[in-house]
Amino acid sequence: MTVLLRRIRPEQFREFILLAVTIGLLLFFAAQIPNYFDPRSVNRLTTGLAITLVVAVGQVLVVLTRNIDLSVSSIVGLAAYMTGTLLTRDTTLSPFAAVLIAMAIGLTLGVVNGLIVAYGGVPAIIATLGTLALYRVILVEFSGAKTVTTADLPDWLNDVPSATIVTIAEYDLRLMVGVALVVVVLGLLILRYLPFGRRLYAIGSNPEAARNAGLPVKRDVFTAFVISGALSGLAGFMFLVRFGNITVTAAQGLELQVVAAVVVGGVAIFGGSGSMIGALLGVLLIEILQQSLLRWAGISEFVKDAILGLLILVAVTADTIILGRLREMWARVRRRDRAARQALTADEGGLAHGA
Amino acid sequence: MARELWRRLLGWEGLLLVLLLAVLGFNITRVPNFLTVANQINLFQLGIEKAIVVLVMTFVIISGEIDLSVASMMGLSAATAAALFESGAPMLLAIIVALGVGAGFGLINGYFVAIVGLSSLAVTLAGYVGFRGLARLLVQDRSVGGFPEWFTRLGQQGLIGPLTLSIIIFAMLAIVATVVLHFSGFGRLTYVIGNSAQVARYSGVSVARTKLIIFTASGFISALAGVLMAARLGAVRASTAEGFELDIITVVLLGGVSIFGGVGSMAGVLLSTYLVLNLRNGLVIAGVTGNTQTGIIGLLLILSVLVPNLAGRVRERLRRRQPDPSLRGPPQEAADPARSQTAPG
Repeated sequence: MTVLLRRIRPEQFREFILLAVTIGLLLFFAAQIPNYFDPRSVNRLTTGLAITLVVAVGQVLVVLTRNIDLSVSSIVGLAAYMTGTLLTRDTTLSPFAAVLIAMAIGLTLGVVNGLIVAYGGVPAIIATLGTLALYRVILVEFSGAKTVTTADLPDWLNDVPSATIVTIAEYDLRLMVGVALVVVVLGLLILRYLPFGRRLYAIGSNPEAARNAGLPVKRDVFTAFVISGALSGLAGFMFLVRFGNITVTAAQGLELQVVAAVVVGGVAIFGGSGSMIGALLGVLLIEILQQSLLRWAGISEFVKDAILGLLILVAVTADTIILGRLREMWARVRRRDRAARQALTADEGGLAHGA
Repeated sequence: MARELWRRLLGWEGLLLVLLLAVLGFNITRVPNFLTVANQINLFQLGIEKAIVVLVMTFVIISGEIDLSVASMMGLSAATAAALFESGAPMLLAIIVALGVGAGFGLINGYFVAIVGLSSLAVTLAGYVGFRGLARLLVQDRSVGGFPEWFTRLGQQGLIGPLTLSIIIFAMLAIVATVVLHFSGFGRLTYVIGNSAQVARYSGVSVARTKLIIFTASGFISALAGVLMAARLGAVRASTAEGFELDIITVVLLGGVSIFGGVGSMAGVLLSTYLVLNLRNGLVIAGVTGNTQTGIIGLLLILSVLVPNLAGRVRERLRRRQPDPSLRGPPQEAADPARSQTAPG
């Protein structure tokens, strides 16, 4: 046990558990559901993941700073609808420009969130509960209760969902999934190697200490919200591409899916702890659970939300209790090791003197 | 006492009063018989379930926590009562079970927050999703109705004169809540815990027990509100009371309760309850649709925290620029802006 504790940080242990649970679930459902791993359903599962994943990456940055962004689903809906409307009016708009517009819409809304939370001092839960409603209303007012339909959209758009980067034995790596994975890798690199990413951990662990240490707390929290907004904008574009028909209720409830995924993925709601890999596993776990339950005979589709709620509670409880213990043990082993090392160097120093 | 009243009138409560008069003025000029008893009853009746939950949410937020699951709890209790009645149980039993479910899940919320020590945000977020999910499991996508006549009559018609049961319950609970919050040991504990749970614990206060009681009450009252709503509407869907947490939390914060805990008064909350009821009514008169109303409530929610924060900061800056000679001694307010700047989850 101590050997294990020396090698693995508690946070990594959490990811292993998550991975084990996910694999366990896959094996369980594979045994229960015939043709579980057939290419078509696997492809559908991975495509369904892509949108949640992109939003989740932004959410991780925000939650790490001890904040939360509940407005993401309204941003996704608004970006999808506005970009869709633009594309129906001007079908010559290039794909690249369309993506940029969607991201700019999301970024603007993220700036509003960031200003209210970081500079206005409004707790994130309150601010984004408000903007969740507000952005949705902007969408309703803007739309005039009309719907964006696939028929009005340019042809290239309808080809994107099935666009594939590589196919290995009928298993596709779709373009959208590729984009999502690139976003995850970028997020991972930011968190691991950029000073900004490291600061997010410091801010979330102890905002007061971070401020006293001279870190730009407000600016970093602001930036986290802006990135979350921009990524939600990108997800909005992906939503438009995937579904084509966009109503005013587009992406409603996605915020819970994302927050649940992030929390289940072990990103602490009190900030300061968590990783992109964890969030990725969280998204994967929830998506697999929900999709598989739908395919599993004898389970009603109405059970979906109840399970999601239970999952959040279990994850948070397990995190606090088990991880708290593990962290204590880890710290104790570390302390003992350090003490041993110090004793050793002290001995050597003493020998040197004697000689 | 008079000075206290002046301080309040010049502060947040005064601002609420001005807002209320403005909205009332608008409503009265647009609707000729706005201030009649019948119309006022109707005004309360339309938002009475939210108003009831607001009373207990005030305790939750003053104690420094939050309960996001109240609206889902309302839906779950309504769905429980409806599903039980549908399967042949007597209505009274169905109601009692629904209330029990509310108290039970409230206790579970409280257990995880107070005993296990999890963030109330995470716990009640799970409840928010989970309770709604259970409601969906119970009534699926149907609309369950056909309740006994006495039940719907209780929800819709006057019990004492024109006053409906819901309004009577609200009035009684408002009195109880005011007395408990401001004139009892439990109320003082709630403030102490909200100001600093750590200080409270060191002074020998049972923080866990107090929070446990508050969350259980929150679940129970929400369930009660859900049953009353089922009686008023005469039918229950899985989406009953969906999105109500926004209104409820907005009213409490608009009433001057600090989201950071420890600050607020029942008077302010009751004032803002009446204000928001009037505002919704005024928006209907002005022809604003339900969806847009929700957006305006959302804006109100943000502003009710943002404005005091910014005002505090401006006041602080002014004070620093021209030091008032009458204000010697330690700068007492210095801790305030620092506190308002932190934005914990």
